[in-house]
Amino acid sequence: MKQLAVTCASIFLGLALWQGVIWATDLPRFILPAPALVAQTIWESRALLAENALVTISEVVLGLILGAALGFGSGIVLATSPRVRALVQPLLVFSQAVPVFALAPILTLWFGYGLGSKIAMALLIIYFPVTSSFFDALMRVPKNWLDMGHVMSANRARLLWHIRVPAALPGFASGLRLAAVYAPIGAIIGEWVGASKGLGYLMLLANGRAKTDLMFAALIVLAVFTLILHAGVSAFVKHWIERRFAPDQH
Amino acid sequence: MKIAPGLNFRGSIGWKDRVLLRDLDFAARPGEWTCLLGASGVGKSTLLRLFAGLDDGIQFDGTLSDVSGQVAMMAQSDALLPWLTVLDNVLIGARLRGETADRSRGQDLLIDVGLGDHSHKRPHELSGGQRQRVALARVLMEDRPIVLLDEPFSALDALTRSQMQDLAAGVLRGKTVLMVTHDPNEAVRLGHRIIILTQQSLEAIEPPTGDIPRGIEAEDVLRIQAGLLQKLRTQI
Repeated sequence: MKQLAVTCASIFLGLALWQGVIWATDLPRFILPAPALVAQTIWESRALLAENALVTISEVVLGLILGAALGFGSGIVLATSPRVRALVQPLLVFSQAVPVFALAPILTLWFGYGLGSKIAMALLIIYFPVTSSFFDALMRVPKNWLDMGHVMSANRARLLWHIRVPAALPGFASGLRLAAVYAPIGAIIGEWVGASKGLGYLMLLANGRAKTDLMFAALIVLAVFTLILHAGVSAFVKHWIERRFAPDQH
Repeated sequence: MKIAPGLNFRGSIGWKDRVLLRDLDFAARPGEWTCLLGASGVGKSTLLRLFAGLDDGIQFDGTLSDVSGQVAMMAQSDALLPWLTVLDNVLIGARLRGETADRSRGQDLLIDVGLGDHSHKRPHELSGGQRQRVALARVLMEDRPIVLLDEPFSALDALTRSQMQDLAAGVLRGKTVLMVTHDPNEAVRLGHRIIILTQQSLEAIEPPTGDIPRGIEAEDVLRIQAGLLQKLRTQI
């Protein structure tokens, strides 16, 4: 209850600051629209916003699922094969030096203007954090658990499946939390570069036509979606991963 | 009942290209408790890990009993897996070898260590002493003739520790037990043989008479314990 009151107060403060800037500077509405106008636009354009939000949401969710699955698999391969690790790790580090944003045009060229290129962007942007946090956790499994497994004559595959993977799932969970925040960024950048649907597309369109209120409306819808996604993913990993696999820490 | 094998090591042990123990001639007799004492870092745990087949950079030159597959181990950390129930922790060995676990036997062993009502709980719901009891039940579930104990009770309070010593002495009867400990009282209560390990040599201490676990108040237990502590103090 107290948490809710604080959140409401915080939102109110943000709105007050926003309105304060408008009163103080008297900026025209096509530069900075007032909160009330943006709220009105959200209501009036709800169908348009919903239609485009749905596109962005599906890109983000699909990118998140695929990126998480790919990161999970890569983490296991990297952790179990020293040879692959030696070959691939430098490549992964190098790939992080390339800004994912810079790849958006080429992904659009390869995967087209539709969902594909945006899913690929979301996937690429979350792949590294998911892979590296899961891989790190797989390499940091307490030694005494592994010793126990060895003394009990476990082979490598069973040791991996019954001890290393469950022990590393909380690390995978922290990767997922990060991914929930990054994935929307990837999808929006994909839409900026070339799309005919989605919130990112709508923002560019509204901006180009000086419909700043609509641009703000799309931005707010995006922010609310990202918050809900993060809260949803957090609740999911807390319940299904952290409380189960690391109950002493959660 | 089949007689448990003994443990033998003759030779030198090194770690990271440094000789840790030179020309050692160590034996743990079948079906008895051997307690190993000595200064920190002298190589007690290293010797134990060598018998356990845990190869983490230990080099040795000499002969070592081949006891692979016959050893169970319990250490200071209980190594209970937090995502499994108490019973599933006891049964983990079968799961790790791809065998079917005998759940009713696991439950019986939990009753033996006094945790029959806790089998469905998870480790974080138990106290430190209870967790070590689960670890002991897991060792018993493995049903291996040799048991290696690496300071298993050192993190427990004095009362719980003495209770665990009584329990372990009872349930591990007939097995060959090698126990590393820092506690002279523990060695004197549980050791059929007591050995102090130094870099140069092994020194066997005459244990009190009587079966284990020996009473905490027995006159010879107290006397030998004091003498042992005195000896350990002069070594550091």
